[in-house]
Amino acid sequence: MQGVFFLTALASIAAVAVICIFLFINGIPAMAEIGVFDFIGGQKWAPSNVPASYGIFNMIVASVYVTAGAIVIGVPIGILTAVYLARFCPKPLYKVLKPATELLAGIPSIVYGFFGLMVIVPFIRDNFGGNGSSWLAASIVLGIMILPTIIGVSESALRAVPESYYEGALALGATKERSVFKTILPASKSGVLAAVVLGIGRALGETMAVVLIAGNQVQIPSRLTDGLRTLTANIVMEMGYSTGLHRQALIATGVVLFIFILLITISMQAIKSRSEKHG
Amino acid sequence: MDKFIIDNMNLYYGSFHALKNVNLNMPKNKITAFIGPSGCGKSTLLKSLNRMNDLVEGCKITGDIKLDGTDIYSDMDVNVLRKKVGMVFQKANPFPMSVYDNIAFGPRTHGIKKKSELDRIVEESLRDAAIWDELKDRLKKSALGLSGGQQQRLCIARALAVKPEVLLMDEATSALDPISTGKIEELCLKLKDDYTIIMVTHNMQQALRISDNTAFFLLGEMVEYNSTDAVFSSPKDKRTEEYITGRFG
Repeated sequence: MQGVFFLTALASIAAVAVICIFLFINGIPAMAEIGVFDFIGGQKWAPSNVPASYGIFNMIVASVYVTAGAIVIGVPIGILTAVYLARFCPKPLYKVLKPATELLAGIPSIVYGFFGLMVIVPFIRDNFGGNGSSWLAASIVLGIMILPTIIGVSESALRAVPESYYEGALALGATKERSVFKTILPASKSGVLAAVVLGIGRALGETMAVVLIAGNQVQIPSRLTDGLRTLTANIVMEMGYSTGLHRQALIATGVVLFIFILLITISMQAIKSRSEKHG
Repeated sequence: MDKFIIDNMNLYYGSFHALKNVNLNMPKNKITAFIGPSGCGKSTLLKSLNRMNDLVEGCKITGDIKLDGTDIYSDMDVNVLRKKVGMVFQKANPFPMSVYDNIAFGPRTHGIKKKSELDRIVEESLRDAAIWDELKDRLKKSALGLSGGQQQRLCIARALAVKPEVLLMDEATSALDPISTGKIEELCLKLKDDYTIIMVTHNMQQALRISDNTAFFLLGEMVEYNSTDAVFSSPKDKRTEEYITGRFG
């Protein structure tokens, strides 16, 4: 019977390994042909020009910008929601709110994209100018999409803090708010940090919602209302019709994305082991 | 002079009648000990004195508890009460921050921000808790790295830092070794010059060693309350006698 468990465990590891091998076998030669510096540092993406240019720098920056925007919007809301759920929410309300935040995680990303396209984009167009499909639109929608991750992970981190810290602070005459924000929240910081890192990973990898609302121009936006194209959007938009080096360059884009996610996973592990060491 | 006056107090957890008709006057600048077997209500009574029982769902209290003549449940803000009535818990609960920040937490809570003032309070509190010499070089280190006995004295210092009038000690030495326990007992005897101390203890020797008055509780009822000498040498109630001579509990 143990053999079966071993095989199932092997399946997920094999999947990672195969994806990894596929990405690198197809991506690395393209990077070599384009030139690693020209590929990663190049600001011009023009696969149909002769000669073609394959520079993804603008898209790397765009992915970082969009993710940062999502974090700015999603992290404060997410953490404060988690604090509310863990420490302040009356039980009957919790029974409604908690499933609602979980439902947020189950909504397909294309639906988020529709929502962005129909509500957020027109709103930005009407109030802030531009055509609406923009850095800001993508950040807002991604900020909402990472909420369930941040709320869920932060809430369990907050709940894991010993009640004795809270009681100790109350016993010194601190208000409930101060006790929560000055003892419980700091004590759960590694868990909350893990939640933020997971949120970053989610935002960075999101594709369908972003492609619908980010405008997809290959540029470094100078204003929040400018459009941009993320690494993921680049792949999904061009994969269908690309051939040859173009196609390989898209897979190489995937390699860059993969490395980003790898870095996030590593920092996640580092946070975990640090919190185990320091309790 | 009586610091705390408990008058006809009843406490219920839901439908469970945890404290029955308690009447108790606790004098200022004395050590009052609550003794009794587990589940007798002594800790519950202690936690009523700084309203930590408010955290327990379904906890209901009738009767009066007065601190210097003011009803703490109806006429006093709970945070003001807890500033006046400090508490040391059974298990030392330093915050996961530096020794300095632990002590400064209370004063900062009550609006003291000046560094020099905080420095002074931290030193004074640690001195009062007889732990300054051990910790003066480790003020910036995490309090979680201290030994159990040091942590508990740190918690006493933290409680003293907000200048309370009363110090509640909930089996504060039950998790400590005899040497640490001795230090804390010594400390209590010194502190009672400035504070009123009310302690819950499982250790009858401890009550005998340091308390001035002792109240014996059984099944939610206060059976006997008298000077410690009287309770231990000539208990009036048969149940008290049986408990202190070790026949149950």
